[in-house]
Amino acid sequence: MKRLLTFVKKEFLHIIRDYRTLLILFGMPVAQILLFGYAITNEIRDVKIAILDLAKDDVTQEISNKILSSGYFVSYENLKTAADIEPAFQKGIIKEVIVFEPFFGRNLEKEKRANIQIIADASDPNLANMMIGYTTAILENYQSGLSEDKILPAMIVPEIKMLYNPNLKSVYMFVPGLMSVILLLVSALMTSISITREKEMGTMEILLVSPLNPAHIIVGKVIPYLVLSLINTVIVLVLSMFVFQVPVNGSLALLAGISFLFLITALSLGILISTLSNNQQTAMMISLVALMLPTIILSGYIFPIDNMPLLLRVLSNIIPSKWFIIIVRGIMLKGVTFSYIWFETLILVFMTLLFLVISIKKFKIRLE
Amino acid sequence: MNDDFVITAESLTKKFGRFTAVDSITFDVKRGEIFGFLGANGAGKTTAMRMLCGLSIPTSGNASVAGFDVYKQTESIKKNIGYMSQKFSLYEDLTVSENIRFYGGIYGLSKDAIKGKTESLLEKLRMKDAGNKLIKSLPLGWKQKLAFSVAIFHEPKIVFLDEPTGGVDPVTRRQFWEMIYEASASGVTVFVTTHYMDEAEYCSRVSMMVEGRIASLDSPHNLKNIYGVDTMHEVFVKLARPAL
Repeated sequence: MKRLLTFVKKEFLHIIRDYRTLLILFGMPVAQILLFGYAITNEIRDVKIAILDLAKDDVTQEISNKILSSGYFVSYENLKTAADIEPAFQKGIIKEVIVFEPFFGRNLEKEKRANIQIIADASDPNLANMMIGYTTAILENYQSGLSEDKILPAMIVPEIKMLYNPNLKSVYMFVPGLMSVILLLVSALMTSISITREKEMGTMEILLVSPLNPAHIIVGKVIPYLVLSLINTVIVLVLSMFVFQVPVNGSLALLAGISFLFLITALSLGILISTLSNNQQTAMMISLVALMLPTIILSGYIFPIDNMPLLLRVLSNIIPSKWFIIIVRGIMLKGVTFSYIWFETLILVFMTLLFLVISIKKFKIRLE
Repeated sequence: MNDDFVITAESLTKKFGRFTAVDSITFDVKRGEIFGFLGANGAGKTTAMRMLCGLSIPTSGNASVAGFDVYKQTESIKKNIGYMSQKFSLYEDLTVSENIRFYGGIYGLSKDAIKGKTESLLEKLRMKDAGNKLIKSLPLGWKQKLAFSVAIFHEPKIVFLDEPTGGVDPVTRRQFWEMIYEASASGVTVFVTTHYMDEAEYCSRVSMMVEGRIASLDSPHNLKNIYGVDTMHEVFVKLARPAL
């Protein structure tokens, strides 16, 4: 026990001395959460548009005003002819053109049908989709205002409710994924690097010849990163709860328990990586390529798994983060209890045990 | 068990698959001796040493180190030996005192003992003011001496040195050997592998390994007489020739 304590103390000294790594360790989670919280948003604001009004009547004027006063769009220029549309887009300033057909108001009144064309710059497909969505919503809103004083034969009015994230805040979606990425990065990457560094420097041999046994070495390496990762988890949670008001609807204790479990998963992965690599570069490459990339892409962190091809959907099942993210979203946003997530938890436990058994076996073989 | 021998090996063999790295070596090392283990790269020196340190289980044969069996009592062996490898074995980002405290700690020395011994050690090495300096800021010669001092800090019965002077300048090597002599005089048995033949001259006895076997084992003086040459280098060339 005293030996273990000596070892842990030494590890902490390594970490503290290496202030650059320390900065990354604590700076990265904060930077990431602020970036994801503020920069990635599904809202649009003050998008510059052009209007080609071939009718120039009261109705088109009213609709134009409604669009421009929404706060989403500002008018950059008024076009005269259809030939102006293409050059207007090419200047790269406007992102959308709205075209009213000639005699728009008269058509609407007499034939109950008028055409409006919305042209969006789809070189950025996401933005184009969002602009179209917002514009259509404004038009629909205008139309339902028209029909108020007239009796329509029948109408279906959808009432939409966004459950668990009513304002569709992207930060709600990113926080669970971010937690898993940070835990993985700090725990797996750092542990594997710190073990392979001992190998590279030749100090591992000295440790193995000493009365410390392999369990001491592994546990001693793991404890400091366990502590750091716990601190990081708390930072991410506090930031997301108090800066971005992400709710924790479920039990905080359950969330803490699951995070702890995932930490152990990540740490055992780190040990596994260190047994596969002989130097720090290899450890870093394996961690980044084999761990970080699949975690970011295949875990459902950013891209929805349900929309992926079958092969990737199947593959995503072996990514520990996928299960962690499902659990954390469940607890934080839906407020579910353990009875809803026991299956995912079981998978994580199983994965952790598997990694631990393999890495301890590999570690022992290395001693030979 | 003869009390005079701190290491005994009998037909000690290590095979990796079909390759025999160490082929039935038999030798004894006396207490306080400086025992040189010489051979070309790949002759099996390091493998033999790893078995004696309890890092690797022999394929066959018997050996005991400090009176403990290399098959069953590796834990006890580890407590009684010191080890220094050719790779520099102190932590560069820790200070001198922190390194000493760490190695003292993992060998189970008490805090007070470590404190007292650190002071006298630094004084002896004339590094009293360097206690709080980071290892990486020290000159190589100092590091080397410090690494050796750390390897015998817990007063082991035997210290294993695996090519300890690789890449060190001649002056530092000489000073380093003075420290080895001093340790040997105080009763520590020194087991050293090297491929510097001039260092072989400093040993009490030398075992020449060729292709996993001990080709010859005697004092440097006797070896030179047997082979009728003037230097250990020539002895080595004569012995190693059949392998080339």
